[in-house]
Amino acid sequence: MSSRAGPAARPSGQALRGRAASERLAAIRAIVAKIPDPEIPVVTLEDLGILRDVVVEDGVPAVLLTPTYSGCPATEAISAQVRERLDAAGFGDTLVRLVLAPPWTSDWIGEDARRKLRDYGIAPPACMAANAQGSAASNARPGGEPGRAAVQTLHWHAARPRRDSDHATPDCPRCGSSEVESISRWGSTPCKALYRCLSCREPFDYFKPY
Amino acid sequence: MARTTPSSGSIPSPAFASGPGSAASAPDPDSASAPVEYLLRLADSPLVLSHRLSEWCGHGPVLEEDLALANIALDLLGQARLLYQHAATLEGEGASEDRYAYFRGVSGYRNFTMLELPNSGVASAGATDGDYAFTIVRNALYSAWAIELWQRLSDSTDPQLAAIAAKSLKEARYHFEHAADWLVRFGDGTEESHRRAQRALDALLPYSNEWFVADAVDRDAAATGVGADCEAMREAWLARLQPVVDEATLRWPAESAFLSTGKQGLHSEHLDYLLTEMQSVARAHPEASW
Repeated sequence: MSSRAGPAARPSGQALRGRAASERLAAIRAIVAKIPDPEIPVVTLEDLGILRDVVVEDGVPAVLLTPTYSGCPATEAISAQVRERLDAAGFGDTLVRLVLAPPWTSDWIGEDARRKLRDYGIAPPACMAANAQGSAASNARPGGEPGRAAVQTLHWHAARPRRDSDHATPDCPRCGSSEVESISRWGSTPCKALYRCLSCREPFDYFKPY
Repeated sequence: MARTTPSSGSIPSPAFASGPGSAASAPDPDSASAPVEYLLRLADSPLVLSHRLSEWCGHGPVLEEDLALANIALDLLGQARLLYQHAATLEGEGASEDRYAYFRGVSGYRNFTMLELPNSGVASAGATDGDYAFTIVRNALYSAWAIELWQRLSDSTDPQLAAIAAKSLKEARYHFEHAADWLVRFGDGTEESHRRAQRALDALLPYSNEWFVADAVDRDAAATGVGADCEAMREAWLARLQPVVDEATLRWPAESAFLSTGKQGLHSEHLDYLLTEMQSVARAHPEASW
């Protein structure tokens, strides 16, 4: 699988141009957009912002995907699934390519997808920043949010207050309470942390702001 | 919680993709490619640390920490893979991420010596169990360094390296938070946890000297704008760590003249064992694919 994100080859426009081309790209996008995420099947590749674009490269269509976390094991499964669906739909000449820049951010998860996550029991990520490049600003507390210290309660040794204020805490996706505590910085996938609601006592996944 | 998020429709276009019908952007005259040797330095460190962290899988002190280390290891492995893939593209013929990872011996590896040290720590020779304080202190030192590195390389004149750096930076920040959390709890915890955290810091710190002493490879990479000035990173690295070490009530060890040489390919005795295990399957079945 190629993850080369060097300068894209110049579209030759020989094989694909005009209205037929845009219809073809739209058809490809429609197929890829609705593929569910292998780890969180309630949302699609488009919902999560993993589907970056469908373009023409070297005269052939190319699906541009972006990995979420560098180490996310689902990245390869996603590329393979895209390949499979496109082959099955007769778009076997389509390239599937990973692009890294700008780096994926959870801010690209749209409102609709956030609602789907919440309904599924996963608290959606707080907005990181307007800065999608994820550089210096990404450590700032988002949007004037008042500080709300969640209490770390890993009882391995003495509990201590959470040290960083850079990840706004989620609301419970079940009862909506903002009284929650962090259980673990990582959950069942690299993109999630584990929390517990102090009101309804239910544990829940939090899709981390990234 | 701020709910004002851009819809997925407003995702910015990838930096290097040209939309249909649009002219391909002209290559940036200032862009460059990193030397393969420099990229291997950057890649080998996260790979080797990733392997050490993966040794905790199933042996973590608590389930949450087992998950944390496995996930940090995955991030580091992912970073190494992106860097190897970039190096392989630049090196061309015959090069691949698997060739770099599985078919180079000890002297071919360019990771920092600190990262190959066994999880049991250098002060407990012969111990087979991991010392969690050692792992946490090492992760704190390395992730604090990685934040400085990736921050600088986000502006690398090598656009692919800059893209990898911007991605890795987010991960390094989270890794540092995790390590800093535990470092404070250990240092300011029980007598035993304090003793072990201090012992780990004393043992590990001399191995960080290598990170901040530039050699020709580092200097050349920095001079062309591809790499980072590693000597200039020390101050910011200290500034990030010092408050955590203070909060942990630990003592910062005295300066040491010890200089390890992992990045030049001269390693401790530990890397050989690590590579033998990590490479055994690939070397037993060199052409296998599955």
